Amino acid sequence: MNTPIIANPPPAQSCWRAPRLSMRFWPVFLRNLLVWRKLAIPSLLGNIAEPLMWLVAFGYGMGALVGEIKVDGQPVPYILFLASGSICMSAMQAASFEALYSAFSRMHVQKTWDGIMNAPVGLDDIVLAEMLWAAFKALFTVTAILGVMLALDISHSPKMLVAWPILLGVGITFSSMALVFNALAKGYDFFTYYFTLFLTPTMFLSGVFFPLDQLPPLVRLVADWLPLSNAVALVRPLFMDQWPRDVLHHGGVLVAYAVVSFWVALALTRKRFGQ
Amino acid sequence: MISHPQLPPLFQAQHLTKRYGDTDVVQDLSFEIAPGECLGVIGPNGAGKTTTIRMCLGLTVPDAGSITALGLQMPVDALAIKAQLGVVTQLDTLDPDFNCEENLLVYGRYFGLKDAEIKKRIPALLEFASLTSKAKAKPGELSGGMKRRLSLARALVNDPKLLLLDEPTTGLDPQARHLMWERLQLLLQQGKSILLTTHFMDEAERLCSRLLVLDHGKKIAEGKPRDLIAKYLEPDVVEVYGVGALALAQSPLREHAARVEVSGETVFFYTRDSAALLQALQAYPQLRTLHRPANLEDLFLKLTGRQIREDA
Repeated sequence: MNTPIIANPPPAQSCWRAPRLSMRFWPVFLRNLLVWRKLAIPSLLGNIAEPLMWLVAFGYGMGALVGEIKVDGQPVPYILFLASGSICMSAMQAASFEALYSAFSRMHVQKTWDGIMNAPVGLDDIVLAEMLWAAFKALFTVTAILGVMLALDISHSPKMLVAWPILLGVGITFSSMALVFNALAKGYDFFTYYFTLFLTPTMFLSGVFFPLDQLPPLVRLVADWLPLSNAVALVRPLFMDQWPRDVLHHGGVLVAYAVVSFWVALALTRKRFGQ
Repeated sequence: MISHPQLPPLFQAQHLTKRYGDTDVVQDLSFEIAPGECLGVIGPNGAGKTTTIRMCLGLTVPDAGSITALGLQMPVDALAIKAQLGVVTQLDTLDPDFNCEENLLVYGRYFGLKDAEIKKRIPALLEFASLTSKAKAKPGELSGGMKRRLSLARALVNDPKLLLLDEPTTGLDPQARHLMWERLQLLLQQGKSILLTTHFMDEAERLCSRLLVLDHGKKIAEGKPRDLIAKYLEPDVVEVYGVGALALAQSPLREHAARVEVSGETVFFYTRDSAALLQALQAYPQLRTLHRPANLEDLFLKLTGRQIREDA
């Protein structure tokens, strides 16, 4: 690789410089874990109650009307179709909520990040810790929902074990994306736009509630490139006791969203903090 | 307070300059902190005190100039420098979800300290902050003074050589302020060095071995508090107020003062011959007078003016 030679280096560092990540992120992650440990049970109830209501109301209610749905020509009970999609949606929601509202209150309202930066921890590591923390919370929520799904005997495919790390990846993707908007936010109200203008359409266009081939071709094209639809394409077959197809394509889309978003989030957060 | 000018400086800022848009927030500012010294930075709002502190912490990169601390270079070695610094910011950044002990534990971890090591230090830190009985209380249950002392204890968790304190007593009542001063003096006796910004001249006079007066981002004076007062001011001040006081500013009484200033309804006579002035003032029994030695506040107002700053 050629290193470009800059004759007159710019006086200030670019906020797009390469990330400087280290294990110093760990105490920041631990800090969030320690706060959450005190509130884990009530927050868990809140996190899993909503997805379970969707599952019960739509799965059993709509499921009775819809009966079975064809996925790649194969009939699937609607509740299984919905469960495998909505677990991805839960990972998305949990990660987004944590990386927007909670991260913003730590960054802006409580000034926790400012306090941490007076110790030998850099901003890059704080952003990394927040990203992984939101992904961890998504994983925790998803694990609890998986447990309930197993108990309801919606699926008992051993391949669901493989879905677990994929869902952590879904958490990482959506927490990275949310941190971009966290870096831009002036107040909590800003996040309403992200939820109503991005996450809600994503939810309806990613094959969670109905198959994507129902959509008109142009919408379908957009839907195919949404991160959530790629996540669903990976997770749903595992619930059906099958291996997903086009793993590299779907996984690649998720990784690309995660990497690009994390870098943008880092750059915008550095800009916000004048670094 | 022991300072050791013969030792190389612990901290050295040279020709610092910071610009935001068209405004020079800090201009060509140089200063040093000797081991064991307390350097005070005073100046009106917007003088560049907080920007200077942020540059010292590597949180803002100067447009020009350099900072060397503890033999390391800012901002390249920012993390290694911060490992040996203690910082108390203007606004508390305590964790509202943690009690006092947990706040210290969690903060110590940011320095890479082991839990067992931090837990050994916590009782002494809480005692130093007079918070032993509040170990399990959260910041929301503490008074303003207690919160500031917890912030100070937190800044000491890594046993730093140098403390950067940005207005550590702003908003505190006199009791809390005096307790804070006592603690800071104790730290100086233990050999710590302190960089302190403040709005309180009695605080600066009490704690600081040397002062830096900033205005509009520039250093306008530097020296020991007493030396600065002697250099810039007459030794005595006589304040006169009451009906007809303002007319005195133009009267022959002026002769007894080296300098006369009017602010609001009060006339300030800065004089080297207070006895003659007081004698002459006896002809005006309806006026109230206050005779006192010139202090840092007078110096501050002389150097930076009496007008209120826009962002004050």
